[in-house]
Parts: sequence; structure tokens; C-alpha cells
Amino acid sequence: MHIHLVDQYQAGSSIIHRRDPRIKVGLTLLFILTASLLPFGAFGAYAVLFATVMAVAVVSGVGVSYVLKRSFIALPFALAAITLPFTIPGETLLTVPVFGGIIITIEGTIRFASILIKSWISVQMAILMVAVTPFPDMLWGLRALYIPQPLISIISFMYRYLFVLSDEVLRLLRARASRSAAVPGKRSGGTILWRGKVAGRMAGSLMLRSFERSERIYNAMASRGYQGKFRSFARPSLNSTDYLFLMLGIMFFGSILVVSFT
Amino acid sequence: MIHRLSILLRPEALHIPDGFLSAPVSIVGWILAVIIIGYALRQTREHLGERQIPVLGVLAAFIFAAQAINFPVAGGTSGHMLGGALAAIVLGPWSAVLVMTAVIGLQALLFQDGGLLVMGWNIVNMGVLTILTGSLVYRFLNGRLGRSRTSLIIGGAVGAWLSVEIAALATAVELAASGTTPLNIGLTAMLGVHALIGIGEAIISVGALLLIHSTRPDLLEMGETAPGQSSARWIGAGLALAVIVAVFSFAASGSPDGLERVAEDQAFIDTALDPVYNIFPDYTLPFIGNETISGILAVVLGTMIVFGLLYLFGRVLRRRTAG
Repeated sequence: MHIHLVDQYQAGSSIIHRRDPRIKVGLTLLFILTASLLPFGAFGAYAVLFATVMAVAVVSGVGVSYVLKRSFIALPFALAAITLPFTIPGETLLTVPVFGGIIITIEGTIRFASILIKSWISVQMAILMVAVTPFPDMLWGLRALYIPQPLISIISFMYRYLFVLSDEVLRLLRARASRSAAVPGKRSGGTILWRGKVAGRMAGSLMLRSFERSERIYNAMASRGYQGKFRSFARPSLNSTDYLFLMLGIMFFGSILVVSFT
Repeated sequence: MIHRLSILLRPEALHIPDGFLSAPVSIVGWILAVIIIGYALRQTREHLGERQIPVLGVLAAFIFAAQAINFPVAGGTSGHMLGGALAAIVLGPWSAVLVMTAVIGLQALLFQDGGLLVMGWNIVNMGVLTILTGSLVYRFLNGRLGRSRTSLIIGGAVGAWLSVEIAALATAVELAASGTTPLNIGLTAMLGVHALIGIGEAIISVGALLLIHSTRPDLLEMGETAPGQSSARWIGAGLALAVIVAVFSFAASGSPDGLERVAEDQAFIDTALDPVYNIFPDYTLPFIGNETISGILAVVLGTMIVFGLLYLFGRVLRRRTAG
């Protein structure tokens, strides 16, 4: 059985796909920064940013439904902001007739909605970035943003072995499940502590296997001439379309920010 | 499938998405993360040499995969492990920092589990604070209680549980500083929920440690002798000191001190000139939404800056006198 940890890349050759990874990563980060810097309640600006996300989704061929479906991933975290309509002081929006009347304020609700919308459109742009950039290219794009090379190499190595180790975990879980018969109506599965220790030993044995695997991998690499650094072919430089995108992006985000603060 | 599985089971509340922390708070997190990662890279390069990338890469993949190992607790919920404390105990603090950074980075980049702008704080919370807490508590308890199988269990369990609580505490503080969640509500919710999640972390971590202890105790030895234990202790102590100072600053009186009081009484306080340049005006950080946290953070940062300057000064002096 093979793991279905799928690479999120959606192949294509749209004008978005063909941009340099540095531009794709950089503009995504600028987009998220812009969304973060916008004041609360700037719903017009949020709509403009949302329209941008939708436009990129359409032009790149990734599709609006793909982005929307995956964008609800951060929804559980909305609970963190859920107290805002009740705690931020301001004009009363409505009063809930429980516990002697709980007041929901307009300012609080605006702030709550703003945080959720900002988070939602940021996630969408991040989803798009991953959908139009193959993972190795994305790592290279990060390298150009001065993330240290050893860290990039560790992440890329990790990605390489993610699938192997995830398959092992699936086998461990399947092995445990196939030894966990239960008679209907009778209590089974031992105590919580016992179950936890079994899970712990699964993790421990996987760790040992990973250690020993990493030793074999290193020896295999060393015997093929590895000396601590990965060498890669030279990458193409930015072309005029890339610079155009970059300039337009900066001007666009800049003007949104200027307009919403005036 | 495994990713969907692990999404449902992970302590989701610790992977902060974009939008929930303000930009200034996010940038502070990035600065901290960059400094610590840079230091960790140097330490591990000296210790591991060429093995740095293959070993840390595979172990990062292990941590990611191990986060999907769960055990049913009750009514459909499961316990599972974040892995910071375990990684710290077996690998040593600075290798563990890099391993967890890789995991958190990949989760955010590939699966949008955690935001990009707020990744600095996600790395500090789940990658640094868990590691420092797990490592220091484990070594302290294990050492004090006799280095036996029992002390391993106690040290590992307490270290793992505390690591989750500390990460939750930090998350609540960051949310409050950004004005997203009021501090009292955030602390109660975060610390409360993660007190339970931490139990799962503790049980799985101890199970793993016991297995490693009985089959490859040499690995645990390697973890103990990994470099950077003393620097981890210093940084941990420094952070703890900063927190204690900050908490006590709460008790500081708001009344004017001697000179200010005399100036007010004798009516010459207005002749005071404004400073050319405000770093922490009135012991606050103006961009932080919450006044209490603003005051605390100003004290903490101020203490750390003074400490840092003194440390640098001491090093320069030592080099001068030695050379």
C-alpha cells in the first residue's frame, strides 16, 4: 500500500507557472504581508485582494474550486479570535439574552471578521503558490531569499524521505490494527496508559530505524563522493516578464496599502 | 491520507495561521527564529560535519511521520506527539532545533499548516521552546534522580508535558500581543487544552525513550554529549530570568520616583526636554496591542539588550586582554 501524500503541484504552462520561483515566492510573501498590514474593517481592500487570488487561480488554470476547497484548513483556529465580538469595547450590535445579557459590539465583530478574512485570503495565496511551483523550485526560490543553504538542503532531504517514512508509519499502524481484534460488546484495548506506551514504542522503533537508515544513506553518499555540499546546475536568471510581475506586484500592493490608510 | 489523518490529530492550536498575529509581532518572531537557527546551524556543522544534512534530513522526516502515530483516548479523540522534547533528548538541543524547523517549514509550505508570515513564531514556539524545555527539564530531573530507568521516565514525562505547556503559553502571549485573544482567556484555553494534549505527548515520548534506552542506549549517550548543552542552559536560563523579571515588573509601582516627584512638586517638570529618539517610550512597546504585555515585553527586551551588550563587551575585553 502506498502513501497518498501527494505533491500539491498542479502542472501547467500558464504565464504564472512560467515565472521564476523567486518571483512566485516573493510576491506571495508580499501579498500575505499586505493582507496583514491592512487595517481592520478595510473590506474594500480585502475584496480587491480576494479578486486578485481568484484572478491568479483562473489565469494559472489551477481553478477557483481547488483553491476554495483547500482554503478552509485553518478554520479550527478561528476559535482563537471568537471572543473578539464580546470583549472589544464599542457600540452594541446586539445583546444575547443569556447570562443576564451578553453584549456583542460592532467593533468586535468587524475585527473578528477582518481577522478571519485576512487569514482566509492569505491561505488561498499560499495554496496557489504551492500549486504553481514544484517543490524543488520552491526551495530554490527560498534560497534566493537568503534562507541558509544547509537548512534548505535538510528540508529537501527530508522531502525526499518523507514518503518512505510515512509508508513505514502506515505499515506500523496497519500492523497494530490487525493485532487489535475486539469482541463486540466487550471492553478491549487495554488502559490508556498501555495504548500510549504501545504508540510510544512504535515511535521509538521508527526512530531507531530512521537513525540506522540515515547512517546507511550517509555511507552510500560518501562512497559516491559526497563531501557535505550538494552541487546543482546553474539556474536561469530573471527575465523581463518576471521583473514586470515584480514591479506590478509591488506597485499594486503599495497602492492598496496607501489607499486603505487614507 | 496520512496527512489528513495527522491534520485531524495534531494539536492544531499551536500551528498559528497567517492573519492571527500582527505584522510587528510576526517580525519579532522571525528575528528570534533567524538568530537561533543560525546558531543551531553552526553548532551542528561542527558536531556532525558531512553527516549534518543526511542525518537531520531523515530524522526530520521521522518526526513528521511520527506525528501521525496516535492512540485512541476516548470517544474518537486520540493522543499524539509533537516530537520536540523527544528530538531534544535524543539528538541534543541544536540538532533538534533544525529538525523541528524543517518539519514546521515543510508543513507550512506544502500543507498550509501554519502561516508563512507567522512561521517565525511557529518555529520558536514548537521548535525552540519545546526543545529547550524538554531538554533542560529532562537533564535536570534525570541527573538529580539517579540516571535510572525510573528517572528517565519521570524526566522524559515531565519534560515532554512541560514543553507542550510552554509552547501553548507562548502562543497565548503572542495572540494577546496581537490583540487577537484577550490574555486571560487565551491563557486559560491554551494551557487547559494543552494540559491534556501534553499527557499524550508525555506518554508517547516516554514509550519511545524506553525503547531506545533498552535497545540502543548509546544513542541516548550521544544526545547527552551533543554540543551546545551549556549554551542551551544559558539561553534557557536567560529566557527564564527575563520572564521572572517581567512578571515582577507587574508589581512595580506606577507612582513617580524621587526626582520626578520633586520636579512635579516644585513645578519644574516642564523644563525637561523630550528625548531625541524613543526606543521604548515610557517602558512600553507602542505597537503591541495589549498594555500589560507591552510593558512586560519592553522590560524583557530591555533586559535582554543590556545583557547582550554586556556579554559582547565582556568578549571584546577578554580578547583585548588575551591578545
